[in-house]
Amino acid sequence: MKIHEYQGKEIFRRYGMAVPRGIPAFSVDDAVQAAQALPGPVYVVKAQIHAGGRGKGGGVKLARSIDEVRDLAGSILGMQLVTHQTGPAGQKVRRLLIEEGADIRKELYVAMVVDRATQRVVLMGSAEGGMDIEEVAAKTPEKIVRVTIDPAQGLTGAQADDVARRIGVPEASLPQSRTMLQGLYRAFDETDASLAEINPLVLTGDGRVIALDAKLNFDANALFRHPDIVAMRDLDEEDPAEIQASKFDLSYISLDGDIGCLVNGAGLAMATMDVIKLYGGSPANFLDVGGGATAEKVTEAFKIMLSNPGLKAILVNIFGGIMKCDTIAEGIVAAVRAVGLEVPLVVRMKGTNEELGKKILADSGLPIITADNMAQAAERAVAATRGTRP
Amino acid sequence: MSILVDRNTRVITQGITGKTGQFHTRMCRDYANGRAAFVAGVNPKKAGEDFEGIPIYATVQEAKQATGATVSVIYVPPAGAAAAIDEAVDAELDLVICITEGIPVRDMIRTRYRMQGRRTLLLGPNCPGVITPEEIKIGIMPGHIHRKGRIGVVSRSGTLTYEAVGQITELGLGQSSAVGIGGDPVNGLKHIDVLKLFNDDPETDAVVMIGEIGGNDEETAALWAREHMRKPIVGFIAGVTAPPGKRMGHAGAIISGGKGTAQEKLEVMEASGIRVTRNPAEMGKLLATVLK
Repeated sequence: MKIHEYQGKEIFRRYGMAVPRGIPAFSVDDAVQAAQALPGPVYVVKAQIHAGGRGKGGGVKLARSIDEVRDLAGSILGMQLVTHQTGPAGQKVRRLLIEEGADIRKELYVAMVVDRATQRVVLMGSAEGGMDIEEVAAKTPEKIVRVTIDPAQGLTGAQADDVARRIGVPEASLPQSRTMLQGLYRAFDETDASLAEINPLVLTGDGRVIALDAKLNFDANALFRHPDIVAMRDLDEEDPAEIQASKFDLSYISLDGDIGCLVNGAGLAMATMDVIKLYGGSPANFLDVGGGATAEKVTEAFKIMLSNPGLKAILVNIFGGIMKCDTIAEGIVAAVRAVGLEVPLVVRMKGTNEELGKKILADSGLPIITADNMAQAAERAVAATRGTRP
Repeated sequence: MSILVDRNTRVITQGITGKTGQFHTRMCRDYANGRAAFVAGVNPKKAGEDFEGIPIYATVQEAKQATGATVSVIYVPPAGAAAAIDEAVDAELDLVICITEGIPVRDMIRTRYRMQGRRTLLLGPNCPGVITPEEIKIGIMPGHIHRKGRIGVVSRSGTLTYEAVGQITELGLGQSSAVGIGGDPVNGLKHIDVLKLFNDDPETDAVVMIGEIGGNDEETAALWAREHMRKPIVGFIAGVTAPPGKRMGHAGAIISGGKGTAQEKLEVMEASGIRVTRNPAEMGKLLATVLK
């Protein structure tokens, strides 16, 4: 789960990490009031969306007066902010963060992630703050400093100082960067974060160390123990189809193709998308109905897929294990009767009660195209989108 | 022979009294040698009772002492599952198979940290388990699609494992063991560990290795195989079409920071002498060509 920058900074403050004074704003009036509460004379108006690259996209602007804050808030609120992470349509800006300006001497980068190879949290740092870290990692990986954190000890002062020195924090500022980095680890650990990134981490003219940005993602599997973080969820930033799917415990991700996929199991669902592509088609979604699919869940899955106006065909790929093919077949028939079917439907079923499932589909009299294996299913689904038969 | 488990394995079920535990314990008990294999359950509140004749003990330690079991399988819900693994590790079992999906990563980091230097192996979490066909099934895979044979299967995904198993069985071949290592980012046995076991198993002739986006376990395994594997490996990686930054169902199936793409994995595997296919429907067909 992702949260906004201003929410991330609220969490940072709880861990004693230095962040600029700032106030979230949901309207132009809010923004003006927020600016009036700050010392000035320089303000930063920052679009709050769940995507990086906001500055380059025109979502972060400097204001030198309250009037300028008003004008900028007016132009940024409601804009479709396009960044390299939003896709071409961009994301509508509904919230702002109004902050005091900072006297930036140097921009650094720090982040924490779980390293799968060592099964530990690692702290990464770079002197190239403000840059896209993926670019730094790809072009100059030697510029990224890493330390692995022992879960029993946490980030030690010596480790924090080592990283800080190597990314260019001067000796006089080490106590502040230590507070920052150890706070970041505690925040990461105690909130069950999956990513914590400060880009940029800045050194100010008077030697302070401040988190100018805050990006926190959280482990979805741990949200059950963090109701305060769940309360920060902003549904406006999420895909409506994915929100709807999550209500029915369906794992769904919207993609930009035209063949809807309904599959049991995450790996098989990805493989189904891949095989569609292999036959020249393009998947409209990833959808794992899971091991305990019921007729109700299958019906909801159909509704969600059919809500996509670009959909041209549906491919159902089931390997019945514990889940029986006849259960899925009944679900498909019920779903089609409930929601109608305006696009061709290709079904491939294998495994437990396969024959029974196929019989239910055949007896339904519905115009279902069947296939014996997943390659044939993909081929037929792709052909169906083109109005041809393979 | 086989790897990890066989007809002589004795199993403790942690979480035997929950709905999932009950259902799968019945399925496992009814498979091959299951009736003799599933000898104990654990639930501190129901110690002294039994589940359909399988005695329930308060702790893993007690269950081990009373029955001599050396393996456990875990169906405990996510919030308590890491602690269940810890308990099995403290009881010094040989192998713990954790089926539970949805364990917080932080819990697994701590559990893996505790496991350093201990004798217990962990399979999973978020995995279908392991089966040695016609001997023993420990986990949630459908037993009937398997057939005893000489092909090893290792995979991060459940249903994709079944797909591979189904294709192998359709060829008229069978499996020595089929191992699901699970879809979580922080887990126990990895592809490389299972490949090593298959390499040393005289009754395995070839291996089907199935991976997916996220992490670099497949690359690590492939580089090891290039130097050490004496048996042919056929591979498939799911997620060539997966968009970056999106978690594709499994907690560990995510391309992050441009790393962990299917393309990268396929390239390293191919360069290491593993025969890969981009078509998941053709894993069996490709296997047939390497066996000749």
